[in-house]
Amino acid sequence: MKTKKKYNIPVFIILMLGAVAMVFPFVWMILSSFKTTTDIYTYPPKWLPSTFNWKNYKAVFDMIPFGRYYINSIYTSLMQTFIQIALSIFGAYAIVFLDFPGRRFLVNLIRSTMFVPMVVTLIPMYLIMNGLQDTYAGIILPQVFSAFTIFLITSFFDSIPKDLCDSAKLDGCGYFRIMFNVVIPNAKSAISTASMFAFLGHWKSYTWPLIITNKEKYRTLPIGMKYLVAESSKEYQVMMAAAVMAILPVLVLFVIFEKQLVKSITLTGMKS
Amino acid sequence: MKSQTKEIRASIHRVRIFGRVYEREQVTAAVVLMAPVLFAVFMLFILPVVQVVVYSFTNMTTSQRGTFVGIENYKYILSDSKFFQSIRNTVLFAVLKLVFDTGLALAIALMLDSNIPLRKFLRSTYFAPVVVPVVASSLIWIWFFDPDVGPLNMILEALGLQPLLWLNGKGTALISILIFSVWKGIGYNVMLFLTGLQNIPDSYIEASKVDGASWWQSLVKIKLPLLRPITNFIVMIGIINTFKVFAEIDVMTPTGGPGYSTAMIVTYIYNQAFGRGKMGRACASSIILFLIIFVLTQIQSRMNASKTVDYE
Repeated sequence: MKTKKKYNIPVFIILMLGAVAMVFPFVWMILSSFKTTTDIYTYPPKWLPSTFNWKNYKAVFDMIPFGRYYINSIYTSLMQTFIQIALSIFGAYAIVFLDFPGRRFLVNLIRSTMFVPMVVTLIPMYLIMNGLQDTYAGIILPQVFSAFTIFLITSFFDSIPKDLCDSAKLDGCGYFRIMFNVVIPNAKSAISTASMFAFLGHWKSYTWPLIITNKEKYRTLPIGMKYLVAESSKEYQVMMAAAVMAILPVLVLFVIFEKQLVKSITLTGMKS
Repeated sequence: MKSQTKEIRASIHRVRIFGRVYEREQVTAAVVLMAPVLFAVFMLFILPVVQVVVYSFTNMTTSQRGTFVGIENYKYILSDSKFFQSIRNTVLFAVLKLVFDTGLALAIALMLDSNIPLRKFLRSTYFAPVVVPVVASSLIWIWFFDPDVGPLNMILEALGLQPLLWLNGKGTALISILIFSVWKGIGYNVMLFLTGLQNIPDSYIEASKVDGASWWQSLVKIKLPLLRPITNFIVMIGIINTFKVFAEIDVMTPTGGPGYSTAMIVTYIYNQAFGRGKMGRACASSIILFLIIFVLTQIQSRMNASKTVDYE
């Protein structure tokens, strides 16, 4: 018999204080994005903006080609995600459902890539991609492979009953048909979670786009925002407006997909 | 049904590779599916890894291919005080971050695991900074850390304390970034620990209570040993991630901070390669970074391999 215990109030209060510290920066960001310069430099500090206006948001677009950065980020993140997920599905399907020579070796090879962070191979990668500087391909291609995604999808595929594939095989399906018609539809929600995960990672990607782009035209959002810091010279309210716009799509995805995101984070943690 | 299976069996072509029998159709499918994956692994890992080793022994620059110079680059960086400072900064940052990222995260997870209202909401708030792009949240904290108009100094002054220079101070810059970094990343580990705690069957804890174990005893004797695989994972990933930290450092302190006090190993690599065009030297520093990460993760996994327990 489980007895209903009383709430642990002291612990709750500590956690609430912690939660305030976690959320405060975001509240501050949103409120400040509407402030005027004088609001920011008054003492004692003001919590609420004196008037709600969208001037700072407009200022972001005046200072830097923010719209262009935004489109670049969306395009490159989507492409990276798409290629990465396709590669991972292919790899995971072969690992889980097919018997072929060298399977173990390949799994270990893919796993070993996790121990080579991209910063280590940055210079050769830059030289390999030298001809693709300031192109979308240059931004996208080096970031399309992730052992994590492969193993994440592998663990999803593992939970699909093998009988399903066997009976499709009895019906005369080839291995590609089984992948497209049986395995992928059965792992649809898992694949969309993995895609979400990959997209969030690409959306904040920093070091590689910083190196491979020189022209403003090809900068992604994080790189553009780095330069905004210098450009706006302490006009924090404008920086906050830019931050709000960069965070917005992520927060929307987070609210919709939180449960799946949490699940796949813990899954990767448990499996490794 | 039976005859059908037989028919299919009969139509299967078999091949023998390295002394084992495979179904030809499966091998073909695997080759086709694995080819793009292997190509990516080759282009994005194997080739650059080989190159980074080779280049580290040349005097390659941005404009010329360079010639073989033996261990000159290693000699140079190992006698460069800036390189040692970047290693010192990175190690200091990594150690402190790992301590907070595991210790504090475990404490928060334990609290979230107790009987409290609004648990789901609280969990989400701790997790929220994880998903936010690091550059965007860096912008908020750059303001927080502003010595003149930043909220943090205003809070300190309101409490009657000395205001700090934060990112502008030689002694405080790295700590400031650490504060940001812990705020930003802790939710990920909280989530892992929390799931681990919730996977521990209630019966274990109940049984220990019946035997008269205190809260502390059940934590040390039951929960922590069962959380071991997760702790290992967190430390492993933590080592890799903290040693390659760059984005927040570069955004918050673009020049390596006051007195080079926030320059990380990656900052050093970046400056050698893209600031001064010394690709060979940058490659040699990359190799040293890799070796440090490799040795640390190996030690960590050796140390823990024997200690994992399973009560099932």
